[in-house]
Amino acid sequence: MARIRTTVDGLVYEDDVEPRMLLVQYLRERLGKTGTVIGCDTSNCGACTVHLDGLSVKSCSVLAVQANGSEVLTVEGLERDGQLHPVQQAFHDNHALQCGYCTPGMIMQSIDLLGDNPDPSEQEVREGIEGNLCRCTGYQNIVRAVQDAAQKMKPGAHASTSSSAAAPVAGGGA
Amino acid sequence: MIPASFDYVRPTTVDEAVQALVDGGEDAKIMAGGQSFIPVLRLRMGDPSLVIDLGGIPELRGVREDGDQIVVGAMTTHHEVTRDDLLARHVALIAEATKTVADFQVRHRGTLGGALAHADPAGDLAAPTLALDAELVIVGQNGERRVPAADFFEDYFTTAIGPGEILTAIRFPKYTGWGARYEKFNRVAQAWSIVAVAATVKVDSGTITDARIGLTNMAGTPVRARAVESALVGQSMSEETVRAAAQAAAEGTSPTSDADAGSDYREHLARVLTGRAVLAAAG
Ligand SMILES: Cc1cc2nc3c(=O)[nH]c(=O)nc-3n(C[C@H](O)[C@H](O)[C@H](O)COP(=O)(O)OP(=O)(O)OC[C@H]3O[C@@H](n4cnc5c(N)ncnc54)[C@H](O)[C@@H]3O)c2cc1C
Ligand code: FES
Ligand code: FES
Repeated sequence: MARIRTTVDGLVYEDDVEPRMLLVQYLRERLGKTGTVIGCDTSNCGACTVHLDGLSVKSCSVLAVQANGSEVLTVEGLERDGQLHPVQQAFHDNHALQCGYCTPGMIMQSIDLLGDNPDPSEQEVREGIEGNLCRCTGYQNIVRAVQDAAQKMKPGAHASTSSSAAAPVAGGGA
Repeated sequence: MIPASFDYVRPTTVDEAVQALVDGGEDAKIMAGGQSFIPVLRLRMGDPSLVIDLGGIPELRGVREDGDQIVVGAMTTHHEVTRDDLLARHVALIAEATKTVADFQVRHRGTLGGALAHADPAGDLAAPTLALDAELVIVGQNGERRVPAADFFEDYFTTAIGPGEILTAIRFPKYTGWGARYEKFNRVAQAWSIVAVAATVKVDSGTITDARIGLTNMAGTPVRARAVESALVGQSMSEETVRAAAQAAAEGTSPTSDADAGSDYREHLARVLTGRAVLAAAG
């Protein structure tokens, strides 16, 4: 067992984990954050995408122990005061999902992309989400949603992973 | 989906990591960005007793200038390589090739050292490393040695890194002012190369004065297209000359046949992509 301390969606958690535990398992099974999903066994689908210290990662391809001392942001940490994040709202408004399984990862990767490139072209959006597979939509409305969100987020503001507010320590054990 | 049990250490210096690797014996394995390693563990194609995570060693990370070389720490991520000013200025080819690796999420975690140590014949970073005549810095209990890229890649998934040794840095000569292009042919987004060509050329008032070309996935190791290089040097730059020189691209290669492509098709791709890569690099 290894002791890890992480900040997830603004709350600090301390837990003992087996080194082999994947970050996605830790989020889902220990913290109950089932908003982050597992869609494949090959690191290809991106459904499990979260931000680790401000960069998007596939949480099935990171060990929970590697997140020790880090900040994790999941799709569950995006809403502010009951308001959806602009990218979440844009996915809703543009009908950018059908079954919805790819959506948590698509949203997290899109936010990463917009943080880097606040006004992406259609081609840049497609390249930005190349690590995320959708079996339903054909991507058209996803691309539209990301570009719509980009317009609404001008100027500048994108979700930050900083947890400036004093974050209470909570045990993550289920 | 879930790896088998293992012990885990996260050393903070290279010496500690080498010691852990030696003490751990055959079943101890190095983890860099984990982007090839963790998928292998999940599929239970690997079953190490001890995992040594290099992620906590600051000296392995970052890009610096050292005289006429640019030194890239083995744990520098793909993401960092694509954004580094020194590399953009002096070793553009490695940055160009790295942009084509996988997707953003994988590039945020995967490392240059990890990709080269993994030595997948379809991996995109070995051919540019070979073409650029880089040196690989390997550290073990007896200290440091430097291996030229031409001797580093030995076979499919096999490199000159010995038991108890760690790749710590990649040293590139400077190619300031050279044009660079990585032409990658693959089936879908985020897929590995069927064939790819890494080319960097120096053009002086319309004449090609120097050229380096490396091929991805045309053998078990990356291959240097030396016949094309010598056919190009001294020629005046034109589409015709480049396309003619590129006809020699498949010489000395031994590509495999698989579900993606037969070996004759791979040879064809090598010729076409070499022409494109050199033209783009020179343009
Ligand atoms: C979905 C997906 C798509 C991908 N597509 C591509 C692609 O298109 N092109 C491409 O080139 N790659 C691709 N990759 C692989 C990616 O580039 C990996 O980053 C790379 O192969 C391994 O780097 P890593 O830092 O993650 O190393 P790890 O996975 O941690 O390690 C890989 C191997 O190298 C050994 N090792 C690592 N570092 C060292 C060291 N410093 N010294 C000694 N041994 C070491 C490890 O023991 C392990 O055996 C893809 C990966 C994924 C998951
Ligand atoms: S679950 Fe598919 S990439 Fe992580
Ligand atoms: S909406 Fe079903 S996978 Fe994307």
